[in-house]
Amino acid sequence: MRILYFAWIRERVGCESEEITLPQNVSTVQDLINWLSNQGSGYQTAFGDLKIVRVAVNMEFSDFDHCINNEDEVAFFPPVTGGGI
Amino acid sequence: MIRVQLEDFDPGIEIDNLSADNYHIGGISSFVGLVRDMYNDHKLISMTLEHYPKMTEKMLEEIQSEAFKRWSLEGCLIIHRYGQLNPGEKIVMVATASLHRQDSLESCAFLIDWLKTKAPFWKLEHSTECDNGKWVEAKEDDNIATRKWDKIIPNKARDI
Repeated sequence: MRILYFAWIRERVGCESEEITLPQNVSTVQDLINWLSNQGSGYQTAFGDLKIVRVAVNMEFSDFDHCINNEDEVAFFPPVTGGGI
Repeated sequence: MIRVQLEDFDPGIEIDNLSADNYHIGGISSFVGLVRDMYNDHKLISMTLEHYPKMTEKMLEEIQSEAFKRWSLEGCLIIHRYGQLNPGEKIVMVATASLHRQDSLESCAFLIDWLKTKAPFWKLEHSTECDNGKWVEAKEDDNIATRKWDKIIPNKARDI
């Protein structure tokens, strides 16, 4: 699976993207967040407040209970702030 | 038409291109978003726009399709820049062309409201207060502005 990080989530995790093989007990976005949060302090800080974390699965905004598999592209980012001010 | 680009653009040329060779068009509405020099009482030095390539284009295409579904449009253009931008520079342009003014005026406002909450962009502001940059937080007002369009169902093909 390909995971992408954007904005301050990217800064906290310390990389833009990574390839992982999903562990057997990970079947939803929430499972993935729980698993990632145990991979180091950067991840733990990035996912510390899930109210300000958004997710896209295969470039569609998704919920944390969305089911995922190894072929998916999952992106984590803060709420978007496009357009003018 | 959707364009996500680093470089600047000329709104006049873009508007001319939108109506070129289409004599059905009776009006074009446009919105150009700029980088302001002040933000929350401190002076902005520059702004860096990060985005999610591919998803940005996909979402802007979806937003554009939604506008074509809701209004009678002859043309539509969304340009969104990314990278480092200084105060006064253009960030975004939306333009819509229609037979009658209400379709273009309403759809232009709709597009700019929608892209603020649905296009995957993030702004990092460099200011006199925080030179290393501060990520701009999403505003609830923007969500309210987007949601108001849920209730508005336009009648297509009005008179000018």
